[in-house]
Amino acid sequence: MAENVVTVDDDVGDSSRRKFLLGATVAMGAVGAAFVVTPFVASWKPSERARAMGAPAELDITKIEPGQMTTVTWRKQPIYIVHRTPEMVSALSKNDARLKDPKSEDSEQPDYTKNEMRSRKAEFLVLIGTCTHLGCLPKSRFEAGVPELGADWPGGFFCPCHGSRFDLAGRVFQGSPASVNLRIPPYEFRDERTLVIGLDGQQQKSGAA
Amino acid sequence: MATIVQPPGSPAAKGGKLRAWVNKRLPVDEFIDDQLTGYYAPKNFNIWYYFGSLALFVLVMQLLTGIFLTMFYKVGEATAFDSVEFIMREVEWGWLIRYLHSTGASAFFIVVYLHMFRALLYGSYKAPRELLWLLGMGVYLALMAEAFMGYVLPWGNMSFWGAQVIVNLFGTIPAIGPGLVEWIRGDYGIADATLNRFFSLHVVGIPLALLLLVVLHLVALRRTGSNNPDGVEIKERLGANGKPVDGIPFHPYYTIKDVVGVGVFLVLFCIVVFFVPTLGGLFLEGPNFEPANPLSTPEHIAPVWYFTPYYAILRAVPDQRMGALLMFLAVAVFLFIPWLDRSPIKSMRYRGWLSRLGLAMFVVSFLVLMFLGLQPAEGLYVLLARIFTVLYFAYFFVVLPFFPKFENVRPVPERLTYHAH
Repeated sequence: MAENVVTVDDDVGDSSRRKFLLGATVAMGAVGAAFVVTPFVASWKPSERARAMGAPAELDITKIEPGQMTTVTWRKQPIYIVHRTPEMVSALSKNDARLKDPKSEDSEQPDYTKNEMRSRKAEFLVLIGTCTHLGCLPKSRFEAGVPELGADWPGGFFCPCHGSRFDLAGRVFQGSPASVNLRIPPYEFRDERTLVIGLDGQQQKSGAA
Repeated sequence: MATIVQPPGSPAAKGGKLRAWVNKRLPVDEFIDDQLTGYYAPKNFNIWYYFGSLALFVLVMQLLTGIFLTMFYKVGEATAFDSVEFIMREVEWGWLIRYLHSTGASAFFIVVYLHMFRALLYGSYKAPRELLWLLGMGVYLALMAEAFMGYVLPWGNMSFWGAQVIVNLFGTIPAIGPGLVEWIRGDYGIADATLNRFFSLHVVGIPLALLLLVVLHLVALRRTGSNNPDGVEIKERLGANGKPVDGIPFHPYYTIKDVVGVGVFLVLFCIVVFFVPTLGGLFLEGPNFEPANPLSTPEHIAPVWYFTPYYAILRAVPDQRMGALLMFLAVAVFLFIPWLDRSPIKSMRYRGWLSRLGLAMFVVSFLVLMFLGLQPAEGLYVLLARIFTVLYFAYFFVVLPFFPKFENVRPVPERLTYHAH
């Protein structure tokens, strides 16, 4: 009996071959495990249906009076559309000194809105209405100098959750917990009346969402 | 018939034939002997030693009430809120089952925080119990994930916005952040897909991990034995029977003691369940009695009280990414306590005044931050949050590593100090 016992120790002579085979098996197993995990991880990505529901949203802009704001939903996100008055637009440049990112260098927006007014047409401001801090909804406070926001308040958006303040181009004021300006979705004006959110001639794939 | 030979006095030799039959196939008596009657715990446990067994009790209660809630809850954006109202109004005794579960969540954190404070007080994380502490922290982290996802399930407006804020925290991670957030949500906002996966994790995934961690925590405890208020290792002094002379069998002595603890706990717990189940908005928040509304933020978003110390730290920092980083650090730093603490002495009883003041400062900071996290982030509150955030971290990075060098300690006794009642 005793002479039939196979010993499994290292002095057999070819332990390096054994170690190589063991290592190769473990490596192949790891690759296989990675393949198996992939479908489970990928299942958490937005489904086909969720992506289809993210189709562009349309809006008739002639119904928004100057100085008024309306909200539409696109991809579960509230989109703020503000019809700015000429006074609102001309006052924007006065805020620059008090802003964190006046030129929108660090902020997220389509290239065609990376300008002084942060818009395609100066009178229409289109924003994703979730705070860039932690996603609450900033409230519109367009009247200048409202008591709770101080006499130097130029009008804009105020987030009730953590107190971030934005001007009428969605640019964040210094002293706010948010560090970048409100995001802008891709959009285009199909004609004089119709605003389409989620679609633009330049980039089919929406970068800001 | 074959006779089973047992050495006299061995556990399996006790009892009748059925017992012997079972024990030959399944080591029931051996298990009880190893884990309960033959497991010796220090004889000087005080009131702080109730909270481990209470945590286990609350865990079982949460599992049982959770199983029943799952029978009536309907996961889904359109049905979740209504099904919780259905449980509250139309399921017989449904309100009781739900309030037991919702109050149980807060009770879980109360006993776990007290259990953790006990470890800080008596140095129970110090060698050789570092892994015991880490496994306990694993339980705490799993519990936080479990509580957060559970809070989303009723799909009230605070559920929705709480989820929004917490999930967006991951968006502050450079480069991968935005993609990661979309992956967690499974949609372009907090949606049906998010609710469904949180339900799955809350009901199946995390409870399994939690149970495994609790078992490992207890296995590690059996290996090192409990620490005690004196911080003296009882295993270093064994009696003639090979058991610690300063130990007593866990069963019956401490099982009886723990049953009394459960009784007192249940009296307090039931007062809350029956008379103040929302505890003035602390255990169940007012805005959560409205359905989730993606287009309306509650006036004031605050998490439930057990997360508010970390939330206060998050809001204390003006920069968003630094705030999130500091908040994660505030939780993770607990993991390093066994190595941050450089004192040669375990128990506060024999440490100096500096260590005691340091611990008191930490407890006060934690409680003040807890309060501040419930308040709006404005004016004096922000200033206070900043001061107490500094004090919170000072405990870990100043008090634990450096104070022991400068303090006069008292001699640690060789055996437990114990006075018969």
